[in-house]
Amino acid sequence: MAEGNGVLIIGESAGDELSLASQEILAAGRKVADDLGQELAIAVFGDAVDAVARTAIAQGADKVYAVTSPLLAQFQVELNLAAAETLCRETSPAIILVARTNQGREVAPRLAFRLGVGLAQDCLEVSIDTSNGKLLANRPVYGGNAVAVISCNQTPQVAAVRPKVYVPLEPDSARQGEVISFPVDLDVSMVRSRVIEVVKEEAEGVKLEDASIVVSGGRGLGGPEPFAQLEELARLLGGAVGASRAAVDSGWVPASYQVGLTGKTITPDLYITIAISGASQHMAGCSGSKAIVAINKDAEANIFKEARYGVVGDWETVLASMTEAVRELVQE
Amino acid sequence: MPAKIAVLAKQVIDPEMPMAAFQIDSNAKRVVTPPNIPPVVNGFDENAVEAALQIKDSQDVSVTVISSGSSFALDVMKKPLSMGADELVLLQDDAFDNSVDSFQTAQLLASAIRKLGGFDLIICGRQASDWDNAQVPLGVAELLGLSCVALGKKVELKDDRVVVERLIPDGYEVVEASLPALVTVSNELGQPRYPTLRGIMAATRKRPTIWSASDLELDGGEMEPRLTLHDLFVPVSNAECEIIEGDDEVDAGRRLALRLREENFF
Ligand SMILES: Cc1cc2nc3c(=O)[nH]c(=O)nc-3n(C[C@H](O)[C@H](O)[C@H](O)COP(=O)(O)OP(=O)(O)OC[C@H]3O[C@@H](n4cnc5c(N)ncnc54)[C@H](O)[C@@H]3O)c2cc1C
Ligand SMILES: Nc1ncnc2c1ncn2[C@@H]1O[C@H](COP(=O)(O)O)[C@@H](O)[C@H]1O
Repeated sequence: MAEGNGVLIIGESAGDELSLASQEILAAGRKVADDLGQELAIAVFGDAVDAVARTAIAQGADKVYAVTSPLLAQFQVELNLAAAETLCRETSPAIILVARTNQGREVAPRLAFRLGVGLAQDCLEVSIDTSNGKLLANRPVYGGNAVAVISCNQTPQVAAVRPKVYVPLEPDSARQGEVISFPVDLDVSMVRSRVIEVVKEEAEGVKLEDASIVVSGGRGLGGPEPFAQLEELARLLGGAVGASRAAVDSGWVPASYQVGLTGKTITPDLYITIAISGASQHMAGCSGSKAIVAINKDAEANIFKEARYGVVGDWETVLASMTEAVRELVQE
Repeated sequence: MPAKIAVLAKQVIDPEMPMAAFQIDSNAKRVVTPPNIPPVVNGFDENAVEAALQIKDSQDVSVTVISSGSSFALDVMKKPLSMGADELVLLQDDAFDNSVDSFQTAQLLASAIRKLGGFDLIICGRQASDWDNAQVPLGVAELLGLSCVALGKKVELKDDRVVVERLIPDGYEVVEASLPALVTVSNELGQPRYPTLRGIMAATRKRPTIWSASDLELDGGEMEPRLTLHDLFVPVSNAECEIIEGDDEVDAGRRLALRLREENFF
């Protein structure tokens, strides 16, 4: 593809709204577009785009491509990809940004491969290199033990940005933008896979991703039963329960509890870890927490290097007295 | 004809190595291979081998493991054979040292797959634990025009299709895809089986097929680097931990609650 101009975000809607991840990536894209001195566009798919387009413009977009086809009513990966590819080829952006959500983690690499270009995967930060106007991406590698700074050699430059890193811009309803209808021709024969059943396995109560307090348990708990005590503390604090991969792999809690590189990314105000060592792959999912608390019997555990408050001790004793004290304090 | 399954497996530095052994050569912009810690087959790729062998447990299929890299520890890469896979194909060339560029790796693997006559099902790990790219499999699927299902925790082969239980943030969904297909799997698939004594003996006798760049049809343009690595460094954490002490552990737990209350966390 030729030189390319502007920044294009592959957007996602959640119901009739622009998804939170798309709002976040608009903030990243706005900065990049300003530094380039070029336009920020976002593609939204499906028919119900009015509210979505308004939000997108209020939160930074100059242009909204309303990509439509009777086949785009619901997300279907091959159809979405084909539509995104057509739009990218026709509008030739210099930079494409995708939020690395459940959908984005599949769409971004496949789109980049279709366009024959590289992808900066799982970025924590994207910026413009002022010396040459190219996109620079910071991304964790080796489970978060290292950070790589990379750029893409071809145009468009594509980056997938980790959710919950950027904060959406304050909506400004006075901002002006253009909504461009972009009908695409899709064919059902592009569909190679279909969902035949959806099984939800989530805990009741506050969602782990949305909770402002999370209590997480690790291998040091020794079995599934102690999670009842974590639930109790979480309930008193109005929070949710999470776990390390070791606890999930042991079968103590379902996979949907896992926090980390290959689990959920969470950014609570308070993250309380119980008998978790703090491996980099675990921290990758919770390092955006405002404060981390560690309860661990090993004073040398890595978690104390990341935590704001810590108690070195046996979890059973410490958690029990902590929970009692919390109970008294919330009843006051 | 028995169905043909390929597993794509990467040799990586052991991610469970002690953090103190993790070092970066900042001039070369690479992670130093720790001298006394043997590499391993990427964990999720062992899950991929397990997924293939579970199919082989009940159906007549062949399982070929394919790996690309600049150098291999043969005893490490033979582990999938000792678990029960049939064949090992190593794409080995100095030019295949491609940790950064998923595009090149996917091209190499796709070209080997074509040379091997294609497969009904290709199973991969969800990501390699070194560069955590999670994109080589999706690239291979795109390059070969295969159906693609990511993040499987159960994979079943049924006549002309593959049925996958695939992880989603709040549970899983059952997805059906037409063959030929590529599926990536996650650790939720369960513990990979241990090699049996018989398996280990059979694996010792098996010779891997080894192909270098000249054995693969690679046209220059496709192998052109897609990414540039500017810097590689260890991030520094600047958290200062306040260790809460008390008369004993009971007291420390109580004080922790008070401290968090004081800071208005709840
Ligand atoms: C590619 C890859 C992806 C990964 N993704 C993730 C991920 O998404 N999430 C994740 O969590 N991990 C992930 N991991 C695994 C990660 O590397 C660690 O193995 C895992 O996080 C360890 O879990 P843990 O802290 O519960 O267990 P351990 O590391 O075994 O730690 C247990 C801790 O409990 C403490 N303890 C034991 N008994 C007591 C007691 N009585 N009282 C108090 N403390 C006690 C110990 O001191 C120890 O620190 C991944 C690994 C790889 C290779
Ligand atoms: N060099 C390689 N050789 C064989 N398979 C690979 C290689 N690199 C990646 N893969 C496969 O692709 C998956 C994801 O890797 P990555 O995209 O590098 O994170 C791995 O789990 C393997 O199944």
